[in-house]
Amino acid sequence: MSFQQIAPRALRRIAALLFITAALLLGACDKVQNNPHPAGSEASNTLFLPFTSRSPKYLDPASSYSNDESPYTYQVYEPPYGYHYLKRPYELTGRGAREVAPPQYLDKAGKALPDSASGEQVAQTVYDIPIRSGIQFAPHPAFAKDADGRFVYHDLKADDVADKHQIGDFTHTGTRELTAEDYVYAIRRLATPRVVSPSFSTMADYIVGLREYGAAVAAKDKDLRKGMAPTDRNLPFLDFRELGFEGVSAPDKYTLRIRLVGKYPQFKYWLAMVFFAPVPWEAEKFYAQPGMAANNLSLNYWPVGTGPYMLTEFRENRRHVLQRNPNFHGETYPCEGAPGDQEKGYLQDCGKPLPFVDKVVFEIEKEAVPLQSKFIQGFYDSPAIERLDIGTGYIVAMGDDKKKEALYKEKGIRLPTTVEANTWYFAFNWMDPVVGKGATPAQDERNRKLRQALSIAIEWEEHIAIFERGQGVAGQGPVPPSLFGYREDGPTAFNPVVYRRGSDGKPVRRSIDEAKQLLVDAGYPDGRDAKTGKPLVLSFDYMNTSNGSKPLLDWYARQFGKLGVQMEVRATDFNRFQDKLKKGSVQMFLGGWLADYPDAENFLFMLYGPNSKAKTDGNGENNANYQSPQFDALFDRMKVLDDGPQKQQLIDEMVQIVQKDAVWSFGYWPTSAAAYHQWIFNGKPTQIVRNHISYLRLDADLRASKIREWNRPVWWPLPLLGAASLLALWPAWRIWRRRERETASRTLAGE
Amino acid sequence: MLNYIIRRVLYGLLILIGVNLLTFILFFAVNTPDDMARINIGGKRVSADAIAKWKTQRGYDKPLLFNEQAQGVEKLSKTLFVERSLPLFALQFGASDTGRDIGYELRQRALPSLALALPTFLLGVFVVVVVSLIMVFFRNTYVEFWSVAFAVFLLSVSGLFYIIAGQFLFSTVLKLVPASGFAGGLDMVVFLLLPVAIGIVSRMGGEALFYRTMFLEEIGKDYVRTARSKGLSESVVLFRHVLGNALLPILTSTVAVLPLLFMGALIMESFFGIPGLGSFTIDAINGQDFAVVRAMVFLGSALYILGLVLTDISYTLADPRVRLA
Repeated sequence: MSFQQIAPRALRRIAALLFITAALLLGACDKVQNNPHPAGSEASNTLFLPFTSRSPKYLDPASSYSNDESPYTYQVYEPPYGYHYLKRPYELTGRGAREVAPPQYLDKAGKALPDSASGEQVAQTVYDIPIRSGIQFAPHPAFAKDADGRFVYHDLKADDVADKHQIGDFTHTGTRELTAEDYVYAIRRLATPRVVSPSFSTMADYIVGLREYGAAVAAKDKDLRKGMAPTDRNLPFLDFRELGFEGVSAPDKYTLRIRLVGKYPQFKYWLAMVFFAPVPWEAEKFYAQPGMAANNLSLNYWPVGTGPYMLTEFRENRRHVLQRNPNFHGETYPCEGAPGDQEKGYLQDCGKPLPFVDKVVFEIEKEAVPLQSKFIQGFYDSPAIERLDIGTGYIVAMGDDKKKEALYKEKGIRLPTTVEANTWYFAFNWMDPVVGKGATPAQDERNRKLRQALSIAIEWEEHIAIFERGQGVAGQGPVPPSLFGYREDGPTAFNPVVYRRGSDGKPVRRSIDEAKQLLVDAGYPDGRDAKTGKPLVLSFDYMNTSNGSKPLLDWYARQFGKLGVQMEVRATDFNRFQDKLKKGSVQMFLGGWLADYPDAENFLFMLYGPNSKAKTDGNGENNANYQSPQFDALFDRMKVLDDGPQKQQLIDEMVQIVQKDAVWSFGYWPTSAAAYHQWIFNGKPTQIVRNHISYLRLDADLRASKIREWNRPVWWPLPLLGAASLLALWPAWRIWRRRERETASRTLAGE
Repeated sequence: MLNYIIRRVLYGLLILIGVNLLTFILFFAVNTPDDMARINIGGKRVSADAIAKWKTQRGYDKPLLFNEQAQGVEKLSKTLFVERSLPLFALQFGASDTGRDIGYELRQRALPSLALALPTFLLGVFVVVVVSLIMVFFRNTYVEFWSVAFAVFLLSVSGLFYIIAGQFLFSTVLKLVPASGFAGGLDMVVFLLLPVAIGIVSRMGGEALFYRTMFLEEIGKDYVRTARSKGLSESVVLFRHVLGNALLPILTSTVAVLPLLFMGALIMESFFGIPGLGSFTIDAINGQDFAVVRAMVFLGSALYILGLVLTDISYTLADPRVRLA
């Protein structure tokens, strides 16, 4: 058979193959091909969200404290209090509790004091918190009972759970009513030596008898563990119902009573954290059975709560699913909000039952590129539900790139902004002989001037413009806006050490000449020690070892260079940095803080002397180790005051002290922005209200149609690519045929 | 051959002990148990009590290599190194530092890793061998010239670029496959198409040039001339005789890595959201989870040793002249 005979047949076959492929592709041309979720799920009432880096580490309410855990814990658990979703400044409301209970103050004799009683008078504060009746726990196997009323899963052997790794592997579930005893149980459980609770050391200072109770629980636990290795995971049930203490009790089925030492008004905010979420003893008993811990069956992975959602799937670093709790007691969307909320459409769902969304699916997305791509394609409803810096990144990108701005506008991406209680600061270590407290009053004064000079030199406005793309405000003190204590006409909004008033009344940064004069007064003219003539070299510990931070570090060096001061960067990883902070061996460092609760105390406590990190063996949050008896005395008075003029006055005074001492160069307060697609409604940006997912409403039909519109597959390059490959093969085919027909002598000649 | 295999396995055990010791020393030269506790508990309000409690629960409160408090042989046995290392040889991986069962995670993640690595490997070897043979077949023609130039181009481009460009082209622009993600059953195919294709393309340049060199070396030998003089066609000469005789170096470079396919592809899994063992290892390194790092290094070393033994055995199958003794 000759080549001329073969070629037309081969071509006919190729043409037929191309035709069939084209027909198949045309048949599927309208179907979305790049949907990472099951087909049709985009039209269901399901929220699709990414989670980056890893699964949450702690879902146990006693341990959970990280931001990335909050999308799960705050939807599943219901602490006594929560925050009003829309009102600003933030306002506490009841969650598990019917209402926010006013504290009762008692003197040393146990007699009631008026609400206006000062902190010195108050020996104990009593909170009688009314718990809602009729709340049921979400379905869980720990509650399942048989026909005789016996628990189905409370007497399991290791073999019974050997094949069970998900909570859904247990067939039966049950529920029961929430009572105040469940809250009591949870608070007693904070003292457990079996899990680490970041709240325990702070709460033990305030809740009557908690510290002693912790010692008693530890003794009981030791007794139970007798003969067992410390690493043994099949531990006998540590039943907190059997061991109580004075500080927490339930006088009746629906009243939770908590006694505090002295007066601590910020305690009400702690009651809005999951540390105080109820824990049913049945769940603890269930998870304490042999083989459970080894199969990852514990409260850390499978929380049990009364909130609007329950966790039904947990695949580590892969996928988590929250589903509507069928037993949820029901709440309605608020009808009141902050000024402007009506216009922004946040009140349109007034009075409607919560939650709106049936199911929330979280999927791992470690890399930024596919995350961004899938969000833009509509496959994620928000790029980050628990963070507000990603939305800011989108706003920055829009400012930088007109194409991106057009794209985001075309897609209808919503980027609502807010200023949250969040701060970044540049700190000077008070224990350092050069930038900290001086050994003598004269040295102390010189060091203060040095800090003041450096504070003027670090031009945070430029930092915000370059590194934050304008998304932030230069800080004036330790208290950021949106909190009680911050006022535009007070010292919180104007730092006279670093700024002076401009002609329009706005703060204008003091000149470098003024900073240089301060440096001369400090004994370092032109950045050299006046006595020795040696250059002043200061070291900056920076918690990042990557090359990406070089421009930022260069920028800091330039700020110091304006004064002739040399800056030596000590890049270090997280652990080394924490270790240095603990030892107090850093000289200067960058720090940040996101509020735990909306109170100025939660920022000022980072400058309170007894909280010194180095002097408390790493237990305190005063990383700069700042010590000021005057500040500490004011803090002691301020922390026991309710919001009011007296508290405002004290905050003003404290801010002025730290501004003068310049222990921090007050960096900036970043702008925060959420990011949602156009089919998500009620997405008000917040980092304080953590149970916000239940307020989000989704138009699934709109999402499905937009996904279809935005993701029409483009098939034509494939047949083109195929045809091009065939064309490329043609000369190869010819060479092959020629070779096959060649004589050996010609082949050898060719080689 | 049995004696040889037993000897190799015993050598392997010694290597495993060495690797384990080295991993242990390197890990704890960089991290202290306090560091691990701090990073596991979280950033805010980490008390010294909490760190001590964390270490006790996980057994990190013991001395690393020598226990001065203990008596006799317990000076060595009651140490973190021995307590953490011995169970590994019985394949008891224990719990991760976050409390998760490592054995269960390995079983869960092996399939996604294999689903990605196996087709990438097998198709990759097939494509590379075919391409390099074609390059040899068309030697001294412009087809060879351009294919070598193209292979050098492919070799010069970073693997990361293929991933990002592939995701951009096929998911963002053409919208033909998801940018990332994973599903069980047959649904996984749609998520694997792109990473498998990228995996093949990214290794093709370098390996095709390597195999081409080996084939060219073979093609100048006498048996090839004999085959041609018998009147065999060039394709038969190449695909039957040359390929068969060039198998030994190919086996060296492929069989040894075969067991390592279980360990997953680190970067590929991370970018494509594939929940395999590669991403498990990366997560553990990032989270300073020593229990997982130790388990994965041990498993990787054991599989590599297994791969080398298998390679030796495969020589005897590929070349009857090879005898193991």
